[in-house]
Amino acid sequence: MPTLKTGARLKSAVCDGEIMVVAAPSGDVDLTCGGEPMIDASSGESAGGDIHPDHAVGIAMGKRYINEAETLEVLCVKAGDGGLAADGALLLQKDTKKLPKTD
Amino acid sequence: MNVMMLLEMANSAFPDRIAFTNGATGETLSYSQLFSKAGKRAREIRASDSNRFVKLDVSSLVTPLSLFASGWAGIPYVPLNYRLTDEEIMRLIERVKPATLVTSEDRINSFQNLEGLEVLDSSDLLSHGGEDESLENDWDMDPEEIAVLLFTSGTTGEPKAAMLRHKHLVSYILGSVEFASADEKEASLVCVPPYHIAGIAAILSSVYSGRHVVQLPNFSAEEWIRLVRKHQVTNAMVVPTMLKRIVECLEETGATNAEMPHLASLAYGGGKMPLPVIEKAMSLFPDTDFSNAYGLTETSSTISVLGPEDHRDAVASSDELLRRRLVSVGRALPGVEIQIRDDEGEEVAPNTRGEIYVRGEQVSGEYEGRGSVVDSDGWFPTRDAGSLDEDGFLFLEGRADDVIVRGGENLSPGEIEDVLMTHEAVSDVAVIGIADEQWGESVAAVIVLKPGFQVSEADFQSFVRERMRSSRVPEKIEFWTELPYNETGKLLRRVVREKLG
Repeated sequence: MPTLKTGARLKSAVCDGEIMVVAAPSGDVDLTCGGEPMIDASSGESAGGDIHPDHAVGIAMGKRYINEAETLEVLCVKAGDGGLAADGALLLQKDTKKLPKTD
Repeated sequence: MNVMMLLEMANSAFPDRIAFTNGATGETLSYSQLFSKAGKRAREIRASDSNRFVKLDVSSLVTPLSLFASGWAGIPYVPLNYRLTDEEIMRLIERVKPATLVTSEDRINSFQNLEGLEVLDSSDLLSHGGEDESLENDWDMDPEEIAVLLFTSGTTGEPKAAMLRHKHLVSYILGSVEFASADEKEASLVCVPPYHIAGIAAILSSVYSGRHVVQLPNFSAEEWIRLVRKHQVTNAMVVPTMLKRIVECLEETGATNAEMPHLASLAYGGGKMPLPVIEKAMSLFPDTDFSNAYGLTETSSTISVLGPEDHRDAVASSDELLRRRLVSVGRALPGVEIQIRDDEGEEVAPNTRGEIYVRGEQVSGEYEGRGSVVDSDGWFPTRDAGSLDEDGFLFLEGRADDVIVRGGENLSPGEIEDVLMTHEAVSDVAVIGIADEQWGESVAAVIVLKPGFQVSEADFQSFVRERMRSSRVPEKIEFWTELPYNETGKLLRRVVREKLG
């Protein structure tokens, strides 16, 4: 299980989904998409295999996802059909508070 | 993390939308055009020996292109204040070489043939190289890389170069903007200078939300009004002096209603807003939501906002304390903490004046060559004075270090005092800012003449005008027999200010 680095970009092994790590806990995290471990976005491997039916909620571009403890936060930079999970627990979608537009 | 990622997402979600329009020329760039040009320019930057990408020009389509191409190539973007003299600019360029400088045609000759400086014409940057290859999508995702170097106006001596890393700017955007939240019809009119943090924030926020930006390179109230109507602008941001002129301009035509119902949101910031101006503006723009934003270069723009609801609540209230909130800068953004501390660094009680401290992911507080001024707990001392009320509304009370903020421009009293002290008749001098309805603050000087000298106010004004930019010329000069000092020899500016009234 790898440690996650802030700013790192990872892609799903089983769908088109891609994420960027916004915040990560210090220890090791098993981050999966569609039930399979995510891989470095710059690696040449392309998506293959099946999305696990329990990990198929999909991710939407621009949405942020967090774990229960809010120690892990990722940003979806490419939409995909797989769902994200950390150490087996599905991640939750984080809401951006609606703010008055000032710039 | 990299600001390019924001553009990449916009480009894949809505490639054909118009991203930027130069209001002066009518030229446009779609997200896909901006993305593709940024890749081509990044390839050239990467092939050069430049460590910085410097832009010296008014707002144009080249502004967002330069910001993103620099991020893609992996070197800091350095927008310079084009109102500085060539000599001042040269000193800044010396600090960022080796660099590529992109500037307007009329300025190119001033910077040719300098070692370590490659000079490009702004218009070429935009037009040439349709056939060139783009860089691979391999921008650096290291969040610690520097995205932007911004020279602050500088309170003492040489300007400081604030370092904004990709992590600061991206955190600010992710925390305050919902991706693709703008409707295709929304348009934002941007008239803040491109070398100001608000100009950088406007580009990034608009790109991430998918909002069309209309640029107004040289502000005038007439042109602002024309562009708001022409492009059916929905969002705009102005500094208080601009809003004052817009209000005056509308009133000169006898208007009681600005008749811009499409303008959903008007934000202001960058200085103290006179109460009569905001009250008049709210009645001229009855359909518009007003927001007041406060932020600094070192905090990647906005850290607190007085929102539309806050404005309406304050205006509707009969309670003097709640009405007063109309001149506050609102409450901290989510993810941002604000504290007021006294001179000993202790947090003070509500409604007590002290120095404003801020903490959050978007806070840089770091200067090139000077290190970080953020403490071990992450707090950044803003050097702005202020107070918080019981509900967390922040009130600004001037600069902690007496900088004069005239029409959004920071003027150093020391710099003007130094010039006046070179006059043969001057024995002592104090320069301070005094309240001014037009500019927020204006420059005033108190001069102690040497015995036997007789010099007029006008003579001193022209003496300063010959040596400094016109904004530095004291609008009011008084002659005293001595200045007030404390026991350690420190000038008591507060006393000078009170006595000048």
